[in-house]
Amino acid sequence: MIESLIQSERAELTQSSKKAAPVVLSTRVRLARNLAGINFPERASRTQRRQVLSTCESKLGELPLMKKGSFFNLESLSALEKQVLVERHLISRELSESESGSGVFITKDQTCSVMINEEDHLRIQFLKSGFNLKSIWKQIDAFDESLDAALEIAFSPKFGYLTACPTNLGTGMRASVMMHLPGLVIANQMERVIRAVNQLGLTVRGLFGEGSDATGHVFQISNQQTLGESEAEILDRLGNVLRTVVDHEINARYKCLEDDQAKLLDKIGRAYGILKNVHILSSNEAMNLLSLVRLAVDFGMLPEANRSDVDRLFIECQPGHIQYAAHEDVAPEMRDLSRAERMRVEFSHLPLLNFDNLNELD
Amino acid sequence: MADNIQCGLCGKDATVHLTQIVNNKIHKVDLCESCAQKKGVTDPEGFSLADLLAKTNLTFESKEPQVVCPKCGHQTADFKRTGRLGCAECFTVFESLLIPVLEDMQPGTQHTGKQAKNALERNNQQSELSDLKVSLQEAIEQEAYEDAAKLRDKIQAIETLENVEVGQS
Repeated sequence: MIESLIQSERAELTQSSKKAAPVVLSTRVRLARNLAGINFPERASRTQRRQVLSTCESKLGELPLMKKGSFFNLESLSALEKQVLVERHLISRELSESESGSGVFITKDQTCSVMINEEDHLRIQFLKSGFNLKSIWKQIDAFDESLDAALEIAFSPKFGYLTACPTNLGTGMRASVMMHLPGLVIANQMERVIRAVNQLGLTVRGLFGEGSDATGHVFQISNQQTLGESEAEILDRLGNVLRTVVDHEINARYKCLEDDQAKLLDKIGRAYGILKNVHILSSNEAMNLLSLVRLAVDFGMLPEANRSDVDRLFIECQPGHIQYAAHEDVAPEMRDLSRAERMRVEFSHLPLLNFDNLNELD
Repeated sequence: MADNIQCGLCGKDATVHLTQIVNNKIHKVDLCESCAQKKGVTDPEGFSLADLLAKTNLTFESKEPQVVCPKCGHQTADFKRTGRLGCAECFTVFESLLIPVLEDMQPGTQHTGKQAKNALERNNQQSELSDLKVSLQEAIEQEAYEDAAKLRDKIQAIETLENVEVGQS
């Protein structure tokens, strides 16, 4: 069912070669919305869930943006298809595990998805590669206006947009930025950064895995609070913190180079060598190695164009994607073999690392 | 021993006094021996005061009454257990319980962000409508039939408008 999404040549996260940037991988804003006059999904009966699903399916389907997209009833998707969508950040794990009466709209370019009957009736998400808070907000705000016109949205002048969980109440907005922070991790500064960011009402967590040593050095910074501040205030603060973290990351990278150039280059060189020749590869190891290759692109050791290849492989090396690409049931240990083969093929197309470019950095 | 503490369930003299901290909130219960047995308080393993409070109709922790949302059936205990609400109506029903939770986790308790224009308009229309209906009732009771007729026409006008809008959308 999701074949067209996976085959798509214009998918935002996996295919946008122009926009991939150092440090910031992607930006995402999501809004939680509910329909007035009907129980929230957790409290809703089966019939009510189906009623919400069919109302939203038909009303959303009439919106211009959704006309370019596809609707999926979660019941019609296999467990594997759901996993692939989770790995692409198009649906949440919670939605993939939901009982009957859930669905999702996904636009062709995969920048926008609308989940129906997750924790709230509607979870709208816009996702773009690179740092894009302002432009994403503009788009999602406009889309939200059209939703307000098409559906009866639950809203109170005091509490704002009403949501099942008080942590989302008010704006219903969660804005998050995915960041690649190998410099801060290698320099052992990540814990300090996390503490500092937390004090500003923002959360940092590993996008894959947990804690301050996240797999692939990919972290997600997002706002924690939703009530008592306007969307613009929240986005401004997030943007400012983000720019500071980017500065720290860049400094940490140069400091690593200055302090122990051989050690850092050795890490990068080995990562490249392994990915070119590996025969058994877990997804964790793959991501940690890919992280170093992305760093190599940032340092100019590989052409800029290859950065988006790395970003695509970050997603395509996940278990669901490996399994999906195999078109048959693959046992977990066999998956590590397919993943390794995939990497060897991909890396055979890459140019050799150019260590001379490093000197032109300063 | 005139100031003996009484059992929260049956009113006999309490001999079991229990304090448990759940979610940073102090819960205190005083029970007599037989009620304590019945509620499993004496079982040192697996006893949870929160469960007892959730299952019992009596609230020990404060004078707050147990409320139930008339729209979705969500109860005080559900809110305390899950931390979530069941429907839009719940925000009115559980407002007094919700405010302290919001004060803990949010920078404010008043929404200052974007407004849902259509939703607001609908809310206003609804409250205008219910105000008009109250006035209509009063007018009828006071036998002010001319006023009542005017009010009735206004109500009908709004209701027709609403139906047309719904029909078009």
